Amino acid sequence: MESEDSLRLQSAASFKAFLLKSSTESHLNLYDHLTGLLLKVMDEHPPNAVDVIEDMSRDVKRAVLEEQQSSLRELPETSAAELLAEQQRSLFSRPEDADQEDELMETPLPNVSELGFYLEQAGVGLGREETQRVFLALKQLVESQALLRCRLWGKVLGTESSYIVAEAEYREGEEEEEPSLNEDETEPEMEDTETDPLPLSTYKPLPDVPKEALGTGANKYVYYVCKEPGLPWVKLPSVSPAQITAARQIRKFFTGRLDNPVASYPPFPGNEANYLRAQIARISAGTQVSPQGFFQAGEEEGDEEDTSPRDSYEANPDFEGLPVTEMAESLSSWVHHVQHILQQGRCTWVNLAVKPGEDTNDEGEAEEKEEEPDEPEPEVGPPLLTPLSQDAEMFGTPPWTSKVSSTLTSQHAVAVLRSNLWPGSCAYACGKKFENIYVGWGLKYAGEGYSPPVPPLPQKEYPSGPEITEALDPSLEEEQVLKEALEEQQAAQEELQDSGDEAEDDDD
Amino acid sequence: MDSNSLYYSLELVAGSGSTLNVERRTALQTSLVILKKNYKFHRVLFWGKILGLKEDYFIAQGRGEDELQDKKNLYSFNCMDWFLLPPATESMKEKVSKIKSRFIGDPSFVYEHIEIRRQGERDDATEEVVIKVNEESRLAVTVHQIDDEVSVVPRGAFVKSPHGLVQMNRSFGGLSHSEAGKLDNFLHFSEAKNLKKKSILEMGDLNPAIDFLDVLSDDIPKGSWSLQLECASKVFVLRSLLWLGLSFYHVPMTPQHGYVYIGDGIKNLDLPFML
Repeated sequence: MESEDSLRLQSAASFKAFLLKSSTESHLNLYDHLTGLLLKVMDEHPPNAVDVIEDMSRDVKRAVLEEQQSSLRELPETSAAELLAEQQRSLFSRPEDADQEDELMETPLPNVSELGFYLEQAGVGLGREETQRVFLALKQLVESQALLRCRLWGKVLGTESSYIVAEAEYREGEEEEEPSLNEDETEPEMEDTETDPLPLSTYKPLPDVPKEALGTGANKYVYYVCKEPGLPWVKLPSVSPAQITAARQIRKFFTGRLDNPVASYPPFPGNEANYLRAQIARISAGTQVSPQGFFQAGEEEGDEEDTSPRDSYEANPDFEGLPVTEMAESLSSWVHHVQHILQQGRCTWVNLAVKPGEDTNDEGEAEEKEEEPDEPEPEVGPPLLTPLSQDAEMFGTPPWTSKVSSTLTSQHAVAVLRSNLWPGSCAYACGKKFENIYVGWGLKYAGEGYSPPVPPLPQKEYPSGPEITEALDPSLEEEQVLKEALEEQQAAQEELQDSGDEAEDDDD
Repeated sequence: MDSNSLYYSLELVAGSGSTLNVERRTALQTSLVILKKNYKFHRVLFWGKILGLKEDYFIAQGRGEDELQDKKNLYSFNCMDWFLLPPATESMKEKVSKIKSRFIGDPSFVYEHIEIRRQGERDDATEEVVIKVNEESRLAVTVHQIDDEVSVVPRGAFVKSPHGLVQMNRSFGGLSHSEAGKLDNFLHFSEAKNLKKKSILEMGDLNPAIDFLDVLSDDIPKGSWSLQLECASKVFVLRSLLWLGLSFYHVPMTPQHGYVYIGDGIKNLDLPFML
């Protein structure tokens, strides 16, 4: 018996020794591995352990390797989230003198939470947390700038990052004049040292349509953009009519970098900041709407003639609000409250044929001017507060889609209006409240595909005529023939002269 | 996106500007459960919304055992009553490719497209052929095309078994931050088209169980995707520039991912001019 037991023990010991033998490749041994594996099964109690034992075995082996790897200390990586969190921290700090500021009557800060609530009913939004961050960022903007009014305009998506856009109005007289870039361009003086100057080009570019002054027309508001809430707000430059007309002809995505050049045909005058500003002006003019009767025409321009379209409005204190069903059913209960941008790229038409400086002429000259045949026809857009039912249909698509936000609880629903020409633009109205927002790519609906404008035909170099037409060189024979003919002619003339001389001599 | 994770995943893609209101969301939570039971789906996805001029179509997708092959699409106007869409056939695709206007929102609306065909050799003998197609089949084709061209999954989220069955990878733990920053790690969730064209050298690095799909970075034109970090830089959001309105999200280091299409259902053919 003893010998049998000792034999069994010996064989067990020898088998254990075999199990303990470390592998030549991984330097592991099976005994430790099985111990680890069974420990893992005991610790974790996985269901159907027999089915997953292979995977667990692999996990145990992997864990051994990972321990070895972790002896190298990892370099801590700062992720984008950490960097952004550092910057967004300032949004959540409460100013110390907040209690005093609360007593101020009116704040230009809009109620973005309310806006977010209504927009979510309309099926539009940035997400609840993101809306709150934007709200805080707007608060930061309002505190840092002296603004009369401020509004969340929307968000423009780009390929690399997006822009959050805020619309603001300065207090009277606090507008900062922007340094104009183009005025310091002077004609390069011709150098006198050049003996044979090149001919000057006779081409004169068409005069630029002048920019609208800050606070009027397409530059009525100023716009601030930021990439992420918490990052600094950047003021966009004011828009020029040339930029609006160029933006109408191109179709480009925004990249998300304001200083990115806009590579397009026809060339766009400016970089992406200007392009963004031009698109914002176009979108505002096309899609900013309000319920009929909310605004009324301003009274201050009563002394002016009817020639200029009215450009000011004020809130109607007697507005009672329209029923939601009516707002959702008829487009005539909505009106545009931003001026239409004319073909020229301005909201108010300016006559380019009139040269600046001649405005103060006496009447006689003015009459003369009227007789000029090339007097351009003034462009007139629809007046302010025109109902949407008069909007033109483009590409066979009605310009607006209107809806009620809820069909089940329509008693408390809001009226939702979606633009089909500017996908992403949306408006809601509920009682006396209304708001517009744009969240999209900043592109207009282009119908059945966009075709870029064709480059102009090449100009003719010179008028073709005999003096510049190339002729064949004469051959040697032809030259000799011509020479002989000339000699003969000369001889004949000489003879004639001689005879003439003789005749004269005879006379004397 | 999976109907089970709908309540938070819609928030993650809301940066594109479109969400659903609470009424729609709750309706979906109720009706998709019933839908899954009635059609015996393994999984139901809220696929998206196609905006029409009058009404919007809500689209749901049911998945069977094979995630890639067993797909059925359904549409609804009120998020409660769902109607099955017919499978997209080649002849339907051919007809629908002629229509470029916006969706109306009426499945029985018939689009008419007049095509002038030449008859025989002579130029003067022409025949006008009227192609008629209703909106329901156009919707079916559009949903199929969007799925085919721009549906996205992160690499490793699905595995193909040796028998060819494609299923969710239960042990998928999400891409790491650095992996998720590259388009190479996102795949088209449709039958691979470019894979056979790859050279043997490139194929050597691929794992046949998870690399059975096409990579987004091979798409033509380059730059037809916009990859951004959103929601306080914690979520990677991919937007297709070819089908404007398709957004995909993936939270790195978690298995959460999904895509949704909320748009007008028109392919952006102007893309080459716009980059």
